[in-house]
Amino acid sequence: MSEHIVSPRVYVAVFVALMVLTAATVFAATVDLGRWNTPVALFIAVTKAVLVVLFFMHVKYSSRLVALAVGAGLLWLGTLIAGVVADYLTRGWVGTPGT
Amino acid sequence: MTTQIGPGESGPPRPPVPPTIGEPSPPRVNYLNVAYGVKSWLLTTDHKRIALLYLAGVTLMFFLGGSFAVLIRLELVTPAGDLVQSETYNKLFTMHGIIMVFFFLIPSIPAVLGNFLIPLMIGARDLAFPRLNLASWYIYMLGAVFTIYTLVSGGVDTGWTFYTPYSTTYSNTHVIAAGLGIFITGFSSILTGLNFIVTIHRMRAPGLTWFRLPLFVWTHYATSLIMVLGTPVIAITLLTVVLERALHLGIYDPRLGGDPVLFQHLFWFYSHPAVYIMILPAMGVISEVVTCFSRKRIFGYTAVAIASLAIAVIGFLVWGHHMFISGQSTYAGLVFSFLSFLVAIPSAIKVFNWTATLYKGSVSYDTPMLYAIGFIGLFTIGGLTGIFLAALGLDVHVTDTYFVVAHFHYIMVGGAIMGYLGGIHFWWPKITGRLYPEMWARVAAVIVFAGFNLTFFPQFILGYLGMPRRYHAYPEEFQVLNVMSSAGASILGLGYLLPMVYLVWSMRYGPRASANPWQAKGLEWQAASPPITENFERQPVVTEEAYAYAPEEEARVV
Amino acid sequence: MSSVAETGHGGTADRHHPDLVHHFESLPAQKEAATLGMWVFLVTEVMFFGGLFLSYTIYRNLYFHAFVQSSRHLNLTLGAINTAVLICSSLTMAMGVHSAAVGRRRATVTWLLLTVALGSVFLGIKAVEYKDKFDHHLVPGERFQAEELHLEGEEARPAQIFYSLYFAMTGLHATHMVIGVPIILILAWMAHRGRFSPEYHTPVEMTGLYWHFVDIIWIFLFPLLYLIGRHH
Repeated sequence: MSEHIVSPRVYVAVFVALMVLTAATVFAATVDLGRWNTPVALFIAVTKAVLVVLFFMHVKYSSRLVALAVGAGLLWLGTLIAGVVADYLTRGWVGTPGT
Repeated sequence: MTTQIGPGESGPPRPPVPPTIGEPSPPRVNYLNVAYGVKSWLLTTDHKRIALLYLAGVTLMFFLGGSFAVLIRLELVTPAGDLVQSETYNKLFTMHGIIMVFFFLIPSIPAVLGNFLIPLMIGARDLAFPRLNLASWYIYMLGAVFTIYTLVSGGVDTGWTFYTPYSTTYSNTHVIAAGLGIFITGFSSILTGLNFIVTIHRMRAPGLTWFRLPLFVWTHYATSLIMVLGTPVIAITLLTVVLERALHLGIYDPRLGGDPVLFQHLFWFYSHPAVYIMILPAMGVISEVVTCFSRKRIFGYTAVAIASLAIAVIGFLVWGHHMFISGQSTYAGLVFSFLSFLVAIPSAIKVFNWTATLYKGSVSYDTPMLYAIGFIGLFTIGGLTGIFLAALGLDVHVTDTYFVVAHFHYIMVGGAIMGYLGGIHFWWPKITGRLYPEMWARVAAVIVFAGFNLTFFPQFILGYLGMPRRYHAYPEEFQVLNVMSSAGASILGLGYLLPMVYLVWSMRYGPRASANPWQAKGLEWQAASPPITENFERQPVVTEEAYAYAPEEEARVV
Repeated sequence: MSSVAETGHGGTADRHHPDLVHHFESLPAQKEAATLGMWVFLVTEVMFFGGLFLSYTIYRNLYFHAFVQSSRHLNLTLGAINTAVLICSSLTMAMGVHSAAVGRRRATVTWLLLTVALGSVFLGIKAVEYKDKFDHHLVPGERFQAEELHLEGEEARPAQIFYSLYFAMTGLHATHMVIGVPIILILAWMAHRGRFSPEYHTPVEMTGLYWHFVDIIWIFLFPLLYLIGRHH
């Protein structure tokens, strides 16, 4: 059988990391970091998600095709968000004829 | 053992008929007669039977959507809005759009021809998830039921585009039911795409590398990527519209600070790639038909294969060209315009390569080839007019006019539907084990082509002259062109009805087909006509490239 | 012509395993297909939730102050507890998959039932929160009142957008859990009946993937909804 069995130790370690990061994000939210509050919160969330994806969801031990699928999904989500945000950000950059 | 019954005499004399490979005659037991009874159909997991279930469903919806087109064209014969009231007319074009887009064009080729052929083309016994396949059909039918419910309870009048805040706040029609119907059917699309992706990745026969795959499989793979990545976005978009209408969870309501343009972004993020869901499978059909009826390899296989992926990917980056006048940033409009020009390139590559395949080929004009040639011409016109629309300045003049209507009908009807019909005819012997009557089929193809052009070419002119779309009354000076268009529509309708008659007739009275009546390449032609449930007696092994038509057949000039 | 050669049936030992379906050559091939299929499905879920995350991104940037005030009314403690509960349930789910993979039947059942319990706790806390919002007139619609958010006039209106997104996003998330919990219960029952083995426990693994995905959605929802501007 080709399946890779992940040791429970890994799971517990990831679990502890996730709990610590949760505490960290709550704490960071109560501190005034100016413009950095949002990026910090997102960074912590992304880190937690990466841990879940790699270890709980076994992507670290899966085929490259699976990793490609995950990457494609994230890329497409990024495209959706970036494309629409770009509209809102650039309104007013170029005038329309007659204005 | 079997006399080779060709599908009618045509073109230059054929080379001597080689013995049929694989099964010499239809086996006594095949996927159609292996079991009888309603349960054996409604509980089947055989991809071939599921394809036929879909055939029934999409055919029904096609004629339902077509009946709305009939009413629209009837109304537009006269300049006054005198056949139906404005509100009713709004419902007519809305239902026509919803049914044709979501219940016919998007599923038709993938769910009918793709389901039937992909396992055969890759040498597999079935798709990766047969029960999911059956579930996808039930989900499709459930969505259709919601839509028919919408219809009989009074319809919906928002346009198939459901723009807010009209759809969320002001319309008094059955927006929720219509939205839910499309939402549900979207899952059918997602499951089909999922099934195809896993199947193509994981179940190809030994020796069948990616670049030996038939182009039909490539286009369906690209289509499946779009289905999987795009459809969920329309699902959530329609869900938010339903939630806003039903529970006042308002994110598009301007009174609360909501932005209707956000809806448009979300809607078109899917609905633009959706048009590539509609055309890519048809392009796959054309690649198969053009090679077979030119007796030639496809010109530039790799380019055509990669172009399919390019269309899928770039197609996700151009949605803003539906929103040039919506209040979207002009800068974004410029970028979307540029990208829209870019997305035409892979399509053009395909058209060039099909044409180059025809060049010096041994061309015969059987019905599938008539549809394919029609496709190439009409898709080119539709595609070029798309370039006109992608130009910002010109779009401001013709957007929301009949120019746009003509453009997308050239692609979706002149392109996709002709591809669908060409494919149905090409693989009819494989699916049913019967040959359709060639003369009637050719007559119908010509009627479709003529009727189509008479219907939609005048609409380019009407749009350029300024006739808006979605209006049922128009200035008198537009009447002549409208009458031409309506006349064309009746001819087109006749052209679509004829296959219903002779194809059904052929299922009982048509001559029995051999495994490979067209002498085409491709694994599906090595299975019997119709195939056994398991598709192949023995696991096929692939040792050569796709479209390996023999050199002596290639050398003949028409 | 491609040759239709006799390759026969594969020589893998589990060719006649009762869980092997007819159109796959071997159990590992079947499992790889299932895994890829589940991941493709999760990609669709990413895009599905993605539309809401996009809407959130746009409106948070347009109406930051209204979002800050609206977010502060959410119960941070309950939200944090729920986050911890879900992370625990991901651990128990992972342990359930592990137990199935090594063939420990009773452990599998236990871990799966623990997951169900934790998921139910999450849903219970969510229900408490929803009721609280209802009591404070913070459900979008005619009865919405923004006084408690310390927002007035123009600024009060986008608060409804925040709460619309709050209910839509957490509601969709909760719906995914409501679907997941019975599935895990059924898996626990199947495990109890000895249905799974080291060779075949694909349904447990696939459900595990789904459950972890639902956890990931919450990992993003929590800071985005509960932790805006808590430092003021």
